[in-house]
Amino acid sequence: MSDIMSQVAGTQAKSNVSVGLLLLKARTFIALILLVVIFSFLTPSFLTPNSLILIAKHVALYALLGIGMTLVIISGGIDLSVGSIVGLAGMIAGGLIHEGLRLPVFGVTIYFNVVIVMLLALLVGTGVGAVNGVLITRFNVAPFIATLGTMYAARGFALIRSNGETFPNLVGNATLGNDGFPILGAGNIVGIPLSIWFMILVGLAAAYLLKKTPWGWHIFAVGGNEKAAKLSGIRVDRVKMLVYMISGFCAALVGLIVSSQLVASHPATGNSWEMNAIAAAVLGGTSMAGGIGTIGGTLIGAFVIGVLSDGMVMIGVSEFWQMVIKGLVIVVAVIVDQFQRNMENKMALERKNA
Amino acid sequence: MTDDLCVTARGVSKIYPGTLALHKVDFNVYRGKVNVVIGENGAGKSTLMKILAGIEQPSEGAICLNGEEIHLKGTRDASERGIGIIHQELNLFPNLTVAQNIFMGRENTQYGVILDHKKHIEKTKMLLERLEHPIHPDTPVSDLRVGQQQIVEIAKTMAQQDLHVLIMDEPTSSLSTAEVEVLFRLIEELRGQGISIIYISHRLEEIMRIGDYVTVLRDGKLVGEEKVKNIDIPWIVRSMVGHSDTKMNYKQEKPIGDEILRVESLTLPRRGGGYTLDHISFSLRAGEILGIYGLLGSGRTELIECIMGMHPESTIDMYLEGKKIKPTSIWEQIQKGFAHIPEDRQREGLVQTLSIARNMTLASLWNYTKGIHLLHKKEDDSITKTIKDLEIKVADKNLPILSLSGGNQQKVVISKGILTSPKVLLLDEPTRGIDVGAKADVFKIVNKFAAQGMGIILVASELKEIIAIADRIIILSNGQATGELSGDEITEESLVKASGKGHTSGKLENIS
Repeated sequence: MSDIMSQVAGTQAKSNVSVGLLLLKARTFIALILLVVIFSFLTPSFLTPNSLILIAKHVALYALLGIGMTLVIISGGIDLSVGSIVGLAGMIAGGLIHEGLRLPVFGVTIYFNVVIVMLLALLVGTGVGAVNGVLITRFNVAPFIATLGTMYAARGFALIRSNGETFPNLVGNATLGNDGFPILGAGNIVGIPLSIWFMILVGLAAAYLLKKTPWGWHIFAVGGNEKAAKLSGIRVDRVKMLVYMISGFCAALVGLIVSSQLVASHPATGNSWEMNAIAAAVLGGTSMAGGIGTIGGTLIGAFVIGVLSDGMVMIGVSEFWQMVIKGLVIVVAVIVDQFQRNMENKMALERKNA
Repeated sequence: MTDDLCVTARGVSKIYPGTLALHKVDFNVYRGKVNVVIGENGAGKSTLMKILAGIEQPSEGAICLNGEEIHLKGTRDASERGIGIIHQELNLFPNLTVAQNIFMGRENTQYGVILDHKKHIEKTKMLLERLEHPIHPDTPVSDLRVGQQQIVEIAKTMAQQDLHVLIMDEPTSSLSTAEVEVLFRLIEELRGQGISIIYISHRLEEIMRIGDYVTVLRDGKLVGEEKVKNIDIPWIVRSMVGHSDTKMNYKQEKPIGDEILRVESLTLPRRGGGYTLDHISFSLRAGEILGIYGLLGSGRTELIECIMGMHPESTIDMYLEGKKIKPTSIWEQIQKGFAHIPEDRQREGLVQTLSIARNMTLASLWNYTKGIHLLHKKEDDSITKTIKDLEIKVADKNLPILSLSGGNQQKVVISKGILTSPKVLLLDEPTRGIDVGAKADVFKIVNKFAAQGMGIILVASELKEIIAIADRIIILSNGQATGELSGDEITEESLVKASGKGHTSGKLENIS
């Protein structure tokens, strides 16, 4: 009797468990700090403002894609088309600036203001997202297949737009009123590049959507139990349309930023970037099964990937080994994630029995 | 130790971190008898069964099979020793057929590698015929109703060879009276073959009918073991809860108002001809509790689903407060003032990844917004008030929903519906798989909202319960309304009689 009671008392030392759980939860953040420390020891130039800003600029791209991807994954889906949308949006914008919109019927070429060009490119990206949404909700195509299809189609259109060529030197022409495109990539506010501001703004907006609006909660519900969500009167189809359109929008924004940074648009830009976006979400604790995930986590995940990639480049790890290491990091992250989830479930069950 | 005992547990304890689920429990399973285990939810019944079936290992104590101490390492181990378990929650593959489900994990093969599916089909046919449910072996399980799935679950265990001990954890919770009869006949048959049965149920009448021995658990401890013929229901209740109160009557005096809902000629065609619902008409008044009683496949669940607009192929003339409305989508129906508590709590009622609080307000989020901004304070107040009103036992509303007991989970699902401020509340089997105390609570809640002028439609398959709560009962049988009873006309006999009308065993095959 007494030995049992002492065992019970022993297991009630919950404080240790919760500290452990807290460490587990913050693991990606801890990993990020460790990476920064390790790289700054290995290369003295790592911790200089210039290289940090360079890394942050890379991270911003993964993060923007990752934010859209996180919403999609929380809703129980996946979006493979984002990499292609990056390329397509860049080509749309590049084409409109470089050669304008030709209307052979009237024999004229229209050059749009850069702001309108960007809005059109964003519209195209959101439109591809809408196509994904329609395929998934109206025609019941599995998200993986639907977005695989649009991934190929969007990349195809990007290549068709220029016949595979690059649109170079996208500075525009002041007399045509379409100059100023490079500002998006090169401009900065208080010394911080615009792309990083975009990451912060879009991140805040997405976090607000998820935490503070009914739509966000509906996204969680659809991913957690679609049937129950439907029976609760949630218009599941609309929720899905919303997340794929947001994901398309984010991808188009990335496309614009990249083209602007390079002052050129190349149709193959963004190839396989969807994998970085998925990796960022997963590293950040988003569950591929849906229903679980945070924007903050994804941002940290994006930083881990960015720091890891750039850091390895700086210390001279071969490109091939970089791939191996990235792959290992992602798999290990998911294993630890599962471990944490099991632990949490166990604790929830204990509470139920208590 | 005598030969009468097949399995014995001696001083078994199970410790989960922080809790003592079982405390030095002695449990005897008599050979070839029906050994009933009862106790309120959380008394440790399921834990004890899990230990006997090898799913969990005891922290202390020993399990003996035929007098020999055994250490079960897993379900496969238990199954090899002839111990089978039918879980309370269904464990089926909805994407596979009935036959595939039954033989999953113990496939018959030719030459050791090639599946002998013909044999599976034959055996499945035989098993299901023995269970008096000739469901076609190639039917996908997802096409079956919950009750039929339960039958498949039972058949799965029956297919096990050399079965000595069969554990049934609340097998009747989703079965209708007729199906329960079939199950009882089967239990008799198994008992005749010398198989020892361990039977867990919340339905006290069942225990009196088929039990030989009864073991009562309370708070993880053994309270008593007795021969069923020496005891009565008050004894069981006394042992379970410490006091005796078996009377089931939840009816309350309440004002009944004007007609709130009228349904005319509700028709839902059935795949392959005929009707799942055949021109059903009824009306519902404010404050009235209308019971819908019917056997499995009678159309009782579909009736509710049609009202919620889930079957676009149905035709229905519906008037809400005298205004004609057309049910087209669940969302619209909720806006119009309907709330639906679905039958399957886990699959249709809850979002398991969300917290208690988020599950509660899931259907009514737009009531707590300013523009698109959620006002947490307003939402919190509403949640706190509902938790209090419905007496939901919640330590912290931000805990995962699965940390609650079944009864409290059900109350959360009901709150979700209530928080949309419905005029008509539709409840499909709201007491499925919850304990006696929680059942009483659920009925109390239903009464409370009826008294506030809500119209209530309640589907139940348990006779005693529907009699105890409903003001009026419509009986469905094979898609037709075969009776309508109110007041003193409501008796078990009249209900059973009406629910059997229009049913012939030949027609059963079409129900899928």
